[in-house]
Amino acid sequence: MDSSDLPPPPGFDPASPALPPARHLDNLESEAIYILRETAAEFSNPVLLFSGGKDSTILLRLAEKAFRPGKFPFPLLHVDTGQNFPEVIAFRDHIAAQLGERLIVRMVQDSIDRGRIRLKSKDQSRNALQSVTLLDAIAEFEFDACIGGARRDEEKARAKERIFSFRNSFGQWDPRHQRPELWSLYNGRLDKGEHMRVFPLSNWTEIDVWRYIQREKLALPPLYYAHERPVAVRGSMLLPISEFVPLRENEEIETRVVRFRTVGDISCTSPVESNAATVEDVIAETLIASLSERGATRLDDQASEASMEERKRAGYF
Amino acid sequence: MAPFGDDLDPGLLRFSTAGSVDDGKSSLIGRLLYDAKAVPSDRIAALERIARRKGESEIDLSLLMDGLTVEREQGITIDVAYSYFATPQRKFIIADTPGHEQYTRNMVTGASTADAAIILVDALRGITTQTRRHLYLSHLLGVPHLVIAVNKMDLVDFSEAAFDALGQSIGDFARAIGAANHYLVPISAKFGDNVVHGSARMPWYAGKPLLALLETLPPAIVARHAPFRMPVQLVRRVSLPGGEQTRHYLGRLESGRIKAGDEIAVMPAGNLTRVRSVSVFEGPIERAEAGRSVAIEVQDDLDIARGDVFSAPLLPPRTDDHFAATICWFSDEPFDGRGRYVIKCGTRSVAARLAEIEHRVDMATLATEPKPEMLKCNDIARVRIELAEKMAFDAYGDNRAMGAFIVIDADTNATVAAGMIARAGGDAAPDALNYDVGL
Repeated sequence: MDSSDLPPPPGFDPASPALPPARHLDNLESEAIYILRETAAEFSNPVLLFSGGKDSTILLRLAEKAFRPGKFPFPLLHVDTGQNFPEVIAFRDHIAAQLGERLIVRMVQDSIDRGRIRLKSKDQSRNALQSVTLLDAIAEFEFDACIGGARRDEEKARAKERIFSFRNSFGQWDPRHQRPELWSLYNGRLDKGEHMRVFPLSNWTEIDVWRYIQREKLALPPLYYAHERPVAVRGSMLLPISEFVPLRENEEIETRVVRFRTVGDISCTSPVESNAATVEDVIAETLIASLSERGATRLDDQASEASMEERKRAGYF
Repeated sequence: MAPFGDDLDPGLLRFSTAGSVDDGKSSLIGRLLYDAKAVPSDRIAALERIARRKGESEIDLSLLMDGLTVEREQGITIDVAYSYFATPQRKFIIADTPGHEQYTRNMVTGASTADAAIILVDALRGITTQTRRHLYLSHLLGVPHLVIAVNKMDLVDFSEAAFDALGQSIGDFARAIGAANHYLVPISAKFGDNVVHGSARMPWYAGKPLLALLETLPPAIVARHAPFRMPVQLVRRVSLPGGEQTRHYLGRLESGRIKAGDEIAVMPAGNLTRVRSVSVFEGPIERAEAGRSVAIEVQDDLDIARGDVFSAPLLPPRTDDHFAATICWFSDEPFDGRGRYVIKCGTRSVAARLAEIEHRVDMATLATEPKPEMLKCNDIARVRIELAEKMAFDAYGDNRAMGAFIVIDADTNATVAAGMIARAGGDAAPDALNYDVGL
């Protein structure tokens, strides 16, 4: 029988421009599942980059939705700068164990020790250096696709990126010569040594992410919610107090109630003042926030108009 | 971002922008976001820093969109930039696409998933070959709503006569390609007239400003009333709690609906079976409809692989080893009939030969040139394609997901063309398109 003869579902009104509630999240979820399954089908050795942050935590839930009751058709990889928040690392290990999936960790410090990276100064932020360790891990395991949680709304170089984003054998992105990507037909063909970066969350915005976390009741590292933390004030930003964030003269330590909107390397992630202690509070706050996500919290992106693009071209996520 | 009611999930509209170089696309999007108060304050601060450095009094709104260093240096858009904003009425995804002919492939990338296309025309310069190309391609891709924004009305003194004259020639071209339904809006992206706010300087314009128009366009409805199609993405063997083994066929419903017990045809082989279960991560579901990613079990032990299509048995797709299609050639390497290609349609990749170029369409005159020797970058042509094996497909006008394909060069792995399958025996005239637009 032909199932297309069924009447439209109740409450469906083709004349109404508003879709039923939650339909938007359903569509984003279904698109991401489709992308994950295409990745599993088109590549022989993919990997999912999992940092313990909110976006990659969502990726894990989407991977469950795409592949359970089977195992994931890829391991998880974290490139650890050695300067991450301890509660995020604990969360990372806990979640990987709970899922029963393999977690590979590669340390930026090892790349430094092996002479692959030479630090310009002892205090240099390690955020941009992750690219070297990531590319080394891709070579070590011969990964041909890296699934990441980057979103186009985060930053304007990312706004340009394809869902299947090609990297040459040097791991570089060539933004002027991206493959045309029409409909949902993703071209995953590669030569040896090349790889693909795959972004299932490309079309998600920050508010979509939080609404999905709420809907799926996803656990996150506690620092995404309001807590008391010793900080120092530098310009319009708060700095988390840590051995990795050297204070300048006349900067004083004070305790504020803060939360993190993004969580990365300590040396370049700063919290915002906030009383949002629950996911509902965060959603309410995000709806009225006037600062963009990375602008409010990333010390390294402000260095120049083009800083993200430069890092991406070199292999950064 | 402008807040909207917490419990409301306003409909989503994806729109693309296109037009010739310097017609002001990036300025328009910048203006739209800025006047809709959708630009974060730190990005405005960054634009103010740039203006101060250059000694300019006004911020350049086009810089909100052009994301690459080379684009800012040259003041052009090379690749699609996606951005996201919401008003109390609706969520929007914008694909801002390049105007240069050289980057047409990126323009169609943005338009292929759009519900509406905004095509900019410079009021002073009038329509160009590139305007025609963008209109034609947007129509060919089946973008449900075409909105022509006549920009730089400030340069023609906001003249109604100038706008009417342009509207006339645009209308003539649109009718010639079969795109009779389109909207015309006179705007000034630079000064904001008819973008978010109305224009006191164009009292003769009775229509809505652009944003209000975009807020009220009916959304394209997912093809849930079309016959059931689910291209199989992956086959996974799954162990059930009792130790029994089963196979899950993973995929997304591209059209129609399905429920346990329904009979389905597995195409292109044509084998019939019944659906034993439809499930998602949370467990079995009663039924699924177009757009949903699911896992399906079937009752019979059949040879089913990635690229096969689960279909409604009474209204199955065509199966054949050749078809006619309209393609847009993207590669800088001309197509001359030699090369080895792979086409990807749905989840199937198959070796293919571009057997014949039936004709090429001249964008300036719409004349068809029969059997040209080769296709150059950005040419649009009707071709005949032969496949190494039979494949299941529909005409693009009947089912987008089943009739769209990309052509991949088997040697370089580059995506060299995109195509739309024509109806059997029919021609690929875009006026045959049959989109399910909820009017």
